[in-house]
Amino acid sequence: MIKLVVDNLNVEVPEGSTVLQACEEAGIEIPRFCYHEKLSVAGNCRMCLVELENSPKPIASCAMPASSGMVIKTNSSMVKDARKGVMEFLLINHPLDCPICDQGGECDLQDQAMFFGKGSSRYNDAKRAVSDKNMGPLIKTTMTRCIHCTRCVRFANEVAGVENFGAVGRGENVEITTYLEKAVVSELSGNLVDLCPVGALTSKPYSFLARPWELTKTETIDVMDAVGCNIRVDSRDGKVLRVLPRINEDINEEWISDKSRYAIDGLSKQRLDVPYVKVKNKLLPSSWNDAFKNINAKLSNISSNQVAAIIGDQADTESIFALKKLFEKIDSKKIAINQHNYNFLKGNRSNYIFNSHINGIEKCDSILFVGINPRLTAPIINARIRKNYLNRDIQIASISSEKFDLTYDYNFLGNNIDVLNDIHDQKNEFGKSFNKSNFPMIIIGDEALKDSQSRNIQSICIEILTKANAFRKDWNGFNIMHNSSSIVGSYDLLNNYSSISHFEINNQCKTGEIKFLFLLGVDENLYKDYKDTFIVYQGHHGDAGAQRANVILPGSAYTEKSASFINLEGRLQTTERAVFPPGDAKEDWAIIRAMSEFLGKKIKYDSLNELRDQMNKEVFEKIMFREGSFNKKPLKGKFEKLNSSHLIGSGRNQYMTCPISRSSNTMAECLKNQER
Amino acid sequence: MTKNLLKKKPLNKDILVKLDKNEIEEIISKYPSNRKSSAVLPLLHLVQKKAGGWLPVHEMERVANILEMSYMRVFEIASFYTMFNIQPVGKYLLQVCKTTPCWLRGADDIQKCIKDNLDLDNGKTSKDGIFTLMEVECLGACVNAPILQINDDYYEDLDYKSTKDLLDKLKKKH
Repeated sequence: MIKLVVDNLNVEVPEGSTVLQACEEAGIEIPRFCYHEKLSVAGNCRMCLVELENSPKPIASCAMPASSGMVIKTNSSMVKDARKGVMEFLLINHPLDCPICDQGGECDLQDQAMFFGKGSSRYNDAKRAVSDKNMGPLIKTTMTRCIHCTRCVRFANEVAGVENFGAVGRGENVEITTYLEKAVVSELSGNLVDLCPVGALTSKPYSFLARPWELTKTETIDVMDAVGCNIRVDSRDGKVLRVLPRINEDINEEWISDKSRYAIDGLSKQRLDVPYVKVKNKLLPSSWNDAFKNINAKLSNISSNQVAAIIGDQADTESIFALKKLFEKIDSKKIAINQHNYNFLKGNRSNYIFNSHINGIEKCDSILFVGINPRLTAPIINARIRKNYLNRDIQIASISSEKFDLTYDYNFLGNNIDVLNDIHDQKNEFGKSFNKSNFPMIIIGDEALKDSQSRNIQSICIEILTKANAFRKDWNGFNIMHNSSSIVGSYDLLNNYSSISHFEINNQCKTGEIKFLFLLGVDENLYKDYKDTFIVYQGHHGDAGAQRANVILPGSAYTEKSASFINLEGRLQTTERAVFPPGDAKEDWAIIRAMSEFLGKKIKYDSLNELRDQMNKEVFEKIMFREGSFNKKPLKGKFEKLNSSHLIGSGRNQYMTCPISRSSNTMAECLKNQER
Repeated sequence: MTKNLLKKKPLNKDILVKLDKNEIEEIISKYPSNRKSSAVLPLLHLVQKKAGGWLPVHEMERVANILEMSYMRVFEIASFYTMFNIQPVGKYLLQVCKTTPCWLRGADDIQKCIKDNLDLDNGKTSKDGIFTLMEVECLGACVNAPILQINDDYYEDLDYKSTKDLLDKLKKKH
């Protein structure tokens, strides 16, 4: 530890800290533009100047390592003058167009000019002007406002891993631009907007929509992928206007993906706002009463084993639990845990979650991807892997349908799954070094999970990890990377209840064995030729599922309800309501509760809290909070050698994976930009 | 943080049409093998010389491929240093030193002579593409001021007349 004095306060900071961190430790805020905790130190804005005793000049605290015995002053007249001077220089070429700038009200430059600036200008000459750059459909540029902090350049190079961002020219002629002014293609590009301390890079879809002080801010959870990023939803007049990341070091650090951030315009398009009932092959607007009456009429005519349900990608745990209770009353066990044809090993919770945890990635020294494109499935986790790749020696290999650009170097082992045999027998180089690594990780994804040998693949992976001693008290190297936010919660709740797969339900609908199918937000993988199956769709968007339905029950999206989701690590998080659902739409658990009463099979919870209590008692306490439930070794099945077979790509594109993102114009433009 | 930052993109297998492979190898061998990108400045100089005094984009990209750097990093470097030209220049690049000693000793006369004879302003290239004029800062030869640098050669102690003779000679040579 280093001991130093900041403004007469004694401070202790760990070895390798900077003076700025020491000042923060003392509770003193140092103004800064270029310094950012998550990026490398540039030291070029000079706003963080402080006085060091016995030093003739002020020092840039962000770049100066703290050493013991230093005496720092942050409030002396020298520091105040230095800040005034720096601010005056920064404002020389800044347009001061705050009234028409989207950053106004949440602008670092604006705030710090108020606190530390001189208050008046002595500059009477012409200001420099810089042409705006095209940075794609998400980022609006006003480059004249740029103060060259280079945060965006460092973010693009270090975190996002797209190296076409840079500062061109010299001195007064420096311009931040992309290589040959091509648009940025990155799944994390929205974060550039957050990082920009001025209004040079602002959000294009949000431009001129609102001022920050008009917005209602709701802290909630993202459900666009399985990571469960912490977000803040800003809304006004019942409309979600933007999404910003919240800091959570264990999950998303400070970043969120473009889909999480910009798919929100899909929330106000294609919405189901009243119940619909199909009359003479035509869906007509109806009332809740009529809709339930229709369902009741159908259900009372059929036997319980003709009733089935499928859980969609964005279903919350409360509604899944309520549906399970209803099906217990109906006495049917036909609930498919997800809408994809994934095959998991029967086992304990460790068999289907991301056991190493997201922040565990920073520890690991060896990663094997099996059938996954992490950049597409979970951009935030991919960024974490890249961070680890830059900071330490790590070997990464992948078996996947094709060699993806993951923003870091890795060893592509081909698309034939039988390479796993060689790794298991340590016949190839990677197998040998993987076995020797201290914190090995295997990440299995959708391409492998839908493979016909899926269970065998999981077994052999567990076997490889067992050999490499990856199941210890401090480490569990077996990871499944899911691509939807509902799937872990759905497993937790339904794993012991039903074992029917989505595939089987589809087939039974085809043969006419299932007469009544309940879709909880299911829009993918529905077979075309159902034989006389009555479909009830509960969800928030008029997508593929709703078109097929006989009765539509309008539910609410993740910004419109307080609901719990379990992310891929098995972490339980709760969303908050930011706006109300449109029209007659209701919260999902409440719809199922109301329906159950109508059907004469009333489930007994009258409030969300009652339901949550029961859900915790029945399920979560057993699998989450009980001692020893963490770091259990996943169970492996019968172990066989894998046959030679090639993995097939998922065919998903990163921008359109759910009804919300499919309805979003912004996402459509991103897709166009990417294809270009 | 920047340990692996520059490690990117496989080597372009394009055969270098204008460049001698050994020469490139020799330059690169002067730097540690894990700091290959250190060779970017000498390599850009070499390429600029071979490519007629300036750096077309595809030549910069070639350098980036050789050194396994991203295109943007090379472009940033080339645009930062004034001795690299990212715009085309004429066959003869006239660089007039305008720093105080040269200026006191008559740099303005040199510039006037160039303007009178070639009708060139600062930063412009003559219509026939033979001459380019640039004002530069100290060329480090103040003892024989004023200086005019033409490509790699210094011409010292110039005045209006000697400059005109020089330009005529160059015109005739062409």
